Amino acid sequence: MGRVDGKVAFVTGAARGMGRSHAVRLAEEGADVIAIDLCEQVETVLYGLPAEADLAQTVKEVEARDRRCVALKADVRDLAALTEAARQGVAELGPIDIVVANAGVVASPGPALDIDEKAWQTVIDIDLTGVWKTVKATVPAMVERGQGGSVVLISSGAGLVALPGVGHYVAAKHGVTGLMRSLAVELAPHDIRVNSVHPGTVDTPGVANDSMYKLLTGGIDGATREQAAASMRWMNALDVPWIEPRDISNAVLHLASEEARYTTGTTMVVDAGSILPFKIPHPT
Amino acid sequence: MGRVDGKVAFITGAARGMGRSHAIRLAEEGADIIAIDLCEPVETIEYEFPGEADLEQTVKEVESLGRRCVGLKADVRDLAGLTEAVRQGVAELGPIDIVVANAGIAGAGPVLELDERTWQTMIDINLTGVWKTVRATAPAMVERGQGGSVILISSGAGLAALPHVAHYNSAKHGVTGLMRSLAVELAPHDIRVNSVHPATVDTPMVANEVTYRAFTNGLPNPTREQAAAAMRGLHALDIPWTEPRDISNAVLYLASEEARYTTGTTMVIDGGSLLPFKIPHPA
Repeated sequence: MGRVDGKVAFVTGAARGMGRSHAVRLAEEGADVIAIDLCEQVETVLYGLPAEADLAQTVKEVEARDRRCVALKADVRDLAALTEAARQGVAELGPIDIVVANAGVVASPGPALDIDEKAWQTVIDIDLTGVWKTVKATVPAMVERGQGGSVVLISSGAGLVALPGVGHYVAAKHGVTGLMRSLAVELAPHDIRVNSVHPGTVDTPGVANDSMYKLLTGGIDGATREQAAASMRWMNALDVPWIEPRDISNAVLHLASEEARYTTGTTMVVDAGSILPFKIPHPT
Repeated sequence: MGRVDGKVAFITGAARGMGRSHAIRLAEEGADIIAIDLCEPVETIEYEFPGEADLEQTVKEVESLGRRCVGLKADVRDLAGLTEAVRQGVAELGPIDIVVANAGIAGAGPVLELDERTWQTMIDINLTGVWKTVRATAPAMVERGQGGSVILISSGAGLAALPHVAHYNSAKHGVTGLMRSLAVELAPHDIRVNSVHPATVDTPMVANEVTYRAFTNGLPNPTREQAAAAMRGLHALDIPWTEPRDISNAVLYLASEEARYTTGTTMVIDGGSLLPFKIPHPA
């Protein structure tokens, strides 16, 4: 008996990284998955975004767990496209019980006053407004159906505290935390629970790339994975450089399942202690 | 394969209510249990406390799940007593992997009218008792060097004020602070420390006339139905209270390897009661 047996989950940013991991983890516990991704590059994002082959791989991995998976290309900035994707997904798999608003990017980083206007707008459009649009495309039908549900918004440690050099990301992710609280209050009468998840740095392609390694090593050009690991270790209270996608998916699973039936309006942090402001230094 | 297979958990306040529920939930997922309770009344507390028969019932329920359970009488205000209980429990079951500091009491009164003994008893059990529980268990976890998970049962009142329980609020906020200190200081030893924040849970600590009176604005003899009607307004979800098992599910998550990178966090299970502006339930 799986922990989300027979449920249907709608997951954005599902082509790789955390989104794929959520899809696979929920499928392991019995859910069918509507997997959404843009599968295209976004202007001002300095690392490579996934393509259709990546999304196809997610489908394969869900199906390998004997669950059904419908993969659809859609941009979280395009409400009409998301609504159409929800329609198609539901037509194939049935009504949505779980929404995981996971799609997000880090655009060209920089000091808050130097961030380029287009990079700012891209991050707000995708990381914040894209979350609202994901909910707007999926949750009205959950309300109408009247059987409750669980909405999980992937915020960030940066949705609770500031990280320097990514003001657009911090503003967007704090916005997600606020949106979660509004949704939790307004959807509680419909027994739809809404919570946010706050990862520290997760070892996904959104982090494991040259531009992020440069940012996280304080500006070393061409920083290696080893150099990045050495400096990122200092961001955590536990002695690890980063956490794995599956650690975040375990939190998503908990919130998605009936085990958390009375949990709403909460910020669930999975960050190896990185937002504890005063840490004991690791041995060198 | 259970989610905490082969682990040993040390749980205080385990004779009934949430403590018993944590013991059973962890045992269902493969843990052996050292179950601690005072099993005696406490001065200044008006509602009834569990006795030894209740603690034996916890042992029976864990054993009926095919796990081992050692039930021991100890007062969380007595560090020597706790330390001896740890020694006995470990001698029988092996080293402790999981600590659930759950023992706690409730009481009510306007902040300026609380008498000194009522205040002191609350702080001694609900705050210092948590520190002593950790003091009695965590040093051996550090020495053993295999990490572990420590879960402090705080409360919604560990994050926000409830009126007329200032001693309880102060103690439970103190637990949140203690959790953060422990998380920082024990991280180098891979021991994770988190707090859990329930709202009103349907346990004997809440389901009694004294507590019902506090939630019904002083009705002289409130019934369970009257209390439920009043307590419903405390939650964003349309429920009067949560069940012990809902809190135990959070404890299980934090205790398990699924949360291996979760430390220093406040996990809230409260039906949305901490959201300050709620939509009223239909009448």
